Amino acid sequence: MVDFALTHAWLVPLLPALAFVIIVFLTRPWPKLSGAVSIAAMFSSFVLASFIAYGVFTNPGFIEKPLIYSLRWFGMEGFTVDVGVMLDPTSAMMLFMVSMVATLIQIYSTGYMHGDPQYSVFFSYLSLFAASMLGLVISSNLLQMFILWELVGLCSFLLIGFYTFKISAREAAKKAFMTTRIGDFGMLLGLLFLQIIFGTLDLAGLAERVPHYEQYGISLGLLTLIAILVFIGPIGKSGQFPLHVWLPDAMEGPTPVSALIHAATMVVAGVYLVGRTLFLFSEVPGAAEVIAFIGAFTAIFAATIAITQREIKRILAYSTVSQLGYMMLALGVGSLSAGMFHLWTHAFFKALMFLGAGSVLHALHDKADVWQMGGLIKKMPITGWTFVIGGLAIAGIPPFAGFWSKDEILVVTLEYAKQGHALGYLLFFLASFTALLTAFYMWRMIFLTFFGKEKPENHPHESPLSMTFPLLVLAVLSAVGGLVGTPWANVWGKWIHFGHPHHGEPSYGLMIFSVALAVTGIGLAYRLYYQDEEKKLAKQLAERYQPLYKLSYHKYYIDELYQWFTRKVVDASAAVFYWFDIHVVDNLVNGLAGATKLSGQGLRYFHTGKIQTYALVFFLALLVITVVLAFGNPTLAGSMGGVQS
Amino acid sequence: MSLPILTITLLAPIVAALVIVFVPKEEEKLCKWIAAIGTGAALLLSLYVYFGYDQSVGGLQWVDFGGPVPWIKDLGVTYFMAVDGLSLPMLLLTNLIGFTAVFASWNVTHRAKELMIYLLILIAGVMGTFIAQDLFIFLLFYEVVVIPIYIMVIIWGSSKRVTKEYAGMKLTIYLLIGSAFLLVGVIATFIQSVLITGQANMSFEGLARVPFPEDFQIYMFGLMLIGFGSLLSMWPLHSWSPDGYAGAPTAVSMIHAGVLKKIGGYGLIRIAIYVLPLGAKFWAPYIAVLGVIGVAYAAMGALAQKDLKYVVGYSSVSHMGYVLLGVASLGVIGVNGAVANMFAHGVMAALFFSMIGFIYEKTHTRWIPDLGGLSHQAPRLSVGFMMAGMASLGLPGLISFVPEFTIFVESFRVFGWLAVLAIAGIIITALYVLRAGANTLFGPAREEYRQVKDLRGAELVPLIVLGGVLVIGGLLPSLLFDMVNSGVAPILAHIQETLQIGGR
Repeated sequence: MVDFALTHAWLVPLLPALAFVIIVFLTRPWPKLSGAVSIAAMFSSFVLASFIAYGVFTNPGFIEKPLIYSLRWFGMEGFTVDVGVMLDPTSAMMLFMVSMVATLIQIYSTGYMHGDPQYSVFFSYLSLFAASMLGLVISSNLLQMFILWELVGLCSFLLIGFYTFKISAREAAKKAFMTTRIGDFGMLLGLLFLQIIFGTLDLAGLAERVPHYEQYGISLGLLTLIAILVFIGPIGKSGQFPLHVWLPDAMEGPTPVSALIHAATMVVAGVYLVGRTLFLFSEVPGAAEVIAFIGAFTAIFAATIAITQREIKRILAYSTVSQLGYMMLALGVGSLSAGMFHLWTHAFFKALMFLGAGSVLHALHDKADVWQMGGLIKKMPITGWTFVIGGLAIAGIPPFAGFWSKDEILVVTLEYAKQGHALGYLLFFLASFTALLTAFYMWRMIFLTFFGKEKPENHPHESPLSMTFPLLVLAVLSAVGGLVGTPWANVWGKWIHFGHPHHGEPSYGLMIFSVALAVTGIGLAYRLYYQDEEKKLAKQLAERYQPLYKLSYHKYYIDELYQWFTRKVVDASAAVFYWFDIHVVDNLVNGLAGATKLSGQGLRYFHTGKIQTYALVFFLALLVITVVLAFGNPTLAGSMGGVQS
Repeated sequence: MSLPILTITLLAPIVAALVIVFVPKEEEKLCKWIAAIGTGAALLLSLYVYFGYDQSVGGLQWVDFGGPVPWIKDLGVTYFMAVDGLSLPMLLLTNLIGFTAVFASWNVTHRAKELMIYLLILIAGVMGTFIAQDLFIFLLFYEVVVIPIYIMVIIWGSSKRVTKEYAGMKLTIYLLIGSAFLLVGVIATFIQSVLITGQANMSFEGLARVPFPEDFQIYMFGLMLIGFGSLLSMWPLHSWSPDGYAGAPTAVSMIHAGVLKKIGGYGLIRIAIYVLPLGAKFWAPYIAVLGVIGVAYAAMGALAQKDLKYVVGYSSVSHMGYVLLGVASLGVIGVNGAVANMFAHGVMAALFFSMIGFIYEKTHTRWIPDLGGLSHQAPRLSVGFMMAGMASLGLPGLISFVPEFTIFVESFRVFGWLAVLAIAGIIITALYVLRAGANTLFGPAREEYRQVKDLRGAELVPLIVLGGVLVIGGLLPSLLFDMVNSGVAPILAHIQETLQIGGR
């Protein structure tokens, strides 16, 4: 079975893709059946992915030599594209994680979407979404990856805009597609460069050729440019500054979709792609620095927004942006291991918290403002306590999952700084400060939502088993999922790494430091939002630093800036182009028609619709050209029997 | 291969048109069924020819009557019908769109009989240009298509910004002026070939072997570029396109945007470049520049539109910019991409126009601000519209992605940063497509469109056929590319040879 799974890894994405086709063409009228088809396919994928993971993680040969098989997709002289499968520990881990989280989210959706008229359609989209992401993960070729990357984008567009009756959902869907499209443009240019210079987009082929870039006649400067261009794609996809704006709006979709987008698919695609192309970035320190810096900046930037947001899903969304910045930082300082590790743990606790938020919204009939919640943990114990576990994990309290991966990132960043990189210590400071903020805003949300006084107008109730079961599973994973990568027995680092595996001594000082940050953050939140029942101090602080508070609450006005740009610059110039087209280019044409003086009345003549009209134009034009040619060009004049001058 | 399959394919719509002539005009449904059968037969035959073509052999195949049949001996005109990897995709495209255009006109009640007759003649005319291997016959068909277009626009058209008479006239005049330039170029080229070789030969292959002087080639190529370029809506000769498509009835918009304008691209490769390679080499950078301007300029134009048909009209100008860019690269990869993109754009534009036609039929408007939320009443229509839109913005998995990427690869290599501007067009394209699509289909359901019925019965044919091709072509690009390559590679090889001998 393991061998079968390894040689048929393409079935993992294909099964959900088939589910999509089956639902669309056959089972759409029967919601229950559609859901069952979708979950059955997804679960089969998960089983297959588990076998693959078992096969890969029991055979150390995969670390150095991935299993690759492919077939010709299309080709012509000088340009061929093969599509295929590339299995190594990184992709096996991703297959396992994505298919598992997707399965849990689909199970959850049977409860959450119960009774929705578009139930079947929803499951068909979820299946396609998972299929695209799984396909992206196993891709052996960058073009193949790009294709599935775009399909992931399409699915997110469809799912974010799923509630088609909402204008806001429509706008959010467009925004997500457009913003990521800008990133894709950069990435496309990068891919074109790679294809033209290295003659292939196969990951294995590029990994071999890129280190010898000088033999291909390009400079380090150009390679740096190419790497940065490629990175623009992940900036868009993984919600990095300045293309992060779509991600918080993406919560317009149904909550299971948010969980899927934020945890297992879509946004981690960017991080994964950077991880996959680390052979490129490791050649160009300049581009790697850009990644590290954008990652660290995004991390702190989003965290400072999250501290003042009021909507539960919005807080989570900015936290995702921030955590993705963390992952990028790790990859930027050159550690595939740390970046992927955080991706892995984050998938569990972020899916957990999004699904938990969905459970809360479900109970409160879509009331989203955390200030109007409180004390929910009494009525919703499962949701509440699993959410607390998620909160401990993301804040970085040992032994929960987030602690280990965050610690790993701090370790590699500090090492990077010690190696003498100019910005190293700044990066470390940003990462540490973000850790503090993360603990603070997460626990602010948890205290406001689940603790404190109950609000009499709310009538919460615990969600059905279909929804709480995935929460419980994810809570367990959020608790123990990080133990695979403890500094004492770093199994993770042994299997998933780029270059030489990391062999650091456990740094107890750093561990204490990071726990101290987390405890401080939680303590501050406790003081402001739990102990202080009237939240007086919090309100006073907001009053006193009102400009800062507003800046944060309005997300630094970046959305407004982009809106202004689209309206006043893009649309305005489009209007100018159009004006030019009908008044200048068109008039040129109409004017030419007039100039022939067919009727002396220009356009009016055209309206008669007489066949003679265009016969005349035809004839005259012919005449003019013939004359010009006959006298203008001796060769032709001769050939046409014209007078030789 | 004793049967002249290509001639039979060409005759299928003509015979159907003749039969319809004898049907009483009250029998509208019957007329439409006959048209459907005629175009359906042509479609099946062209599929048969497409998949029966032996790519490993290449060259001209399915030659009717065993070879060129002399017609006008003194001028060397022959009845020479055959196909290669360049004509076949175009032939298939013509019949795909012709067949679906009949169904897109299924609800037309105003003078339906005549509409079908003109439609069938138009389809036959377009088909003829792609299978004729003789310059004279090519031009004959080229002129044939103009007349039904004009009549169809002014009788069945509709428009808002300009009158349909203006639109029809603009379309026609443009084509005719363009063809006048073309005609001069072609006649001069022919006479010159007679003077050089002492023989009259009108076949493309024959003309391509004539060593025309370089200056002559440059002049003639310029004329042909104006002719074919205006048909291909090359900037700044494009302004007939948005008005024309907006004014034309659905079937004409489908055929015109779908295949007719592709005659421009086809002619550019088959005649201008093939016969006048030195001219092509001279003009290529200019074509590239005009192509890039067209991409960006028309994309911006599309962004400013509020009428759905104008959006697609400008969009099609923009997409032809990519075709020109690919052609201008004069490399196998780029020209392959250009031809494949013509096919891809044809299918996508036809689907787009047919869906817009249905929207207009059902809501009586194409004005985007007046539309909204149609996906609630018409999910199938919405799927068709979004598929066309997504293909238009080059979504992978649909047919236009690989052709566009192929063009980008070659043009980026040849033209460098100039091509980047064209590639940036994908952002603007996404913006106008998403706006048009989302604002028409998504959002709250509108009260005034509560009675709108979704596509059903015959109305589904364009969605199923064209949508199916969009997906199949997107997933299996080699179905199209291998064919195109088998036609383009020899032409490009011939050009390279000539350039190496004659190039200075």
